[in-house]
Amino acid sequence: MSRFSPYDNNGGSCVAIAGADYCVIASDTRMSTGYNILTRDHSKIYKLADKCILASSGFQADMKALQKLLAARHLIYQHQHNKQMSCPAMGQLLSNTLYYKRFFPYYTFNVLGGLDNEGKGCVYTYDAVGSYERVGYSAQGSGSVLIMPFLDNQLKSPSPLLLPAQDAVTPLSQSEAIDLVKTCFASATERDIHTGDNLEIVVLNAGGVHREFMPLRRD
Amino acid sequence: MFRNQYDTDVTTWSPAGRLFQVEYAMEAVKQGSAAIGLRSKTHVVLACVNKAQSELSSHQRKIFKVDDHIGVAIAGLTADGRVLSRYMRSECINYSFTYESPLPVGRLVVQLADKAQVCTQRSWKRPYGVGLLVAGLDESGAHLYYNCPSGNYFEYQAFAIGSRSQAAKTYLERRFESFNDSSRDELVKDALIAVRETLQGETLKSSICTVAVVGINEDGTNEPFHILDQDAVQKLIDAFEIVKEPATEAPAAAEPEGDADGAGASDAAQDPPAPAAADEGAAPMEI
Repeated sequence: MSRFSPYDNNGGSCVAIAGADYCVIASDTRMSTGYNILTRDHSKIYKLADKCILASSGFQADMKALQKLLAARHLIYQHQHNKQMSCPAMGQLLSNTLYYKRFFPYYTFNVLGGLDNEGKGCVYTYDAVGSYERVGYSAQGSGSVLIMPFLDNQLKSPSPLLLPAQDAVTPLSQSEAIDLVKTCFASATERDIHTGDNLEIVVLNAGGVHREFMPLRRD
Repeated sequence: MFRNQYDTDVTTWSPAGRLFQVEYAMEAVKQGSAAIGLRSKTHVVLACVNKAQSELSSHQRKIFKVDDHIGVAIAGLTADGRVLSRYMRSECINYSFTYESPLPVGRLVVQLADKAQVCTQRSWKRPYGVGLLVAGLDESGAHLYYNCPSGNYFEYQAFAIGSRSQAAKTYLERRFESFNDSSRDELVKDALIAVRETLQGETLKSSICTVAVVGINEDGTNEPFHILDQDAVQKLIDAFEIVKEPATEAPAAAEPEGDADGAGASDAAQDPPAPAAADEGAAPMEI
């Protein structure tokens, strides 16, 4: 007799890369359950603030609930402070929100990308209960085990243990970063069954938000 | 009204069937500086007089954005107004979280009115001392409501509250029939003229007034609730102030010419250009 599970994993992968003055956030658009595909064009990327974008994979219902909650909290913040939330502030809020449900977690694996207060790219990576860290790049979701080693190889981030503290942002240009992301997903799609269909790439820089799509293998 | 033995408690009726504390709360609204609202079929404009307490201090905020489609102007105890705006914002956020659609204005004003009514029936509370002009857009069009400390609310085509609002109301009564079909710019102009009426001769400057608009544009896109910026307001003031000068050939742009002349002519008929005469023409000051 199988016990009722409140969770399901809808698959998919998310990636974010921070640059000197931009941030690239990307995810595939396949939503699946078990070995079946539910839809080929479901977006996992959500704009929380002008300079802050959330990409989450995992259980889609929890993803939606989390996005709505953060959006409502952001509205309250805007009413109280008369300005948009910064990415580091949203980063902390997301962590607190996730830990709030420590004993019935949001089944979401999040990656928050945006520009920090100085205009530099920043990426925050989370686990399901809110443990987070600012990094130069990150991947989450079903394809993360395939993508992360590849990004480590390409981006060689300095260790956070080094002194003096070094910038985690990548020296790559914006278009190089976008190409890198496309390569990551093309490879992950080959071996991860839950990743594929379409790739949504969002680029955030001083000029605003730019979105593009790239088809991936549909098998 | 004068002090009597039935006015200490909000929960004490007078023999004539009045609740004096509630009426005193409405007096507080009349003491606040003026706030004016007008609406057409597609837009609602709120305008208010914003005088700073002293040269050293900043202006009191009297217009609050509640949501993209709703805004409110207050008159009276501004602290009470701030608290009620916070409540309205929170109601809008909760409604759109649950229903993924904007809170209809009519619902919000009823909730506000019920909240105000509670304070008229609890001995440990006092009525809110603030009147709210709620401007909003929903599926049934543009709306302007007035919420009063007594817990009553009414829908209006145009209304003014606060001190010297009678002068503005007189102007609005003259012009309200044309508001439904007015364009957005004409509506803003009417709002500014109404504000000027409450100033009783003092020059209208964008530094002492605030104007906010919400509406649906002709192409169907929404104009979310926002406060117009000072320079834009000053330009609008200059545009119709020029027309009001005795030199009737208006140097103003061709488009406002038609209605500007019309407004100029009717204004000239009622209030001759000199400010002193405008004083006499205006309604008696409301204490």
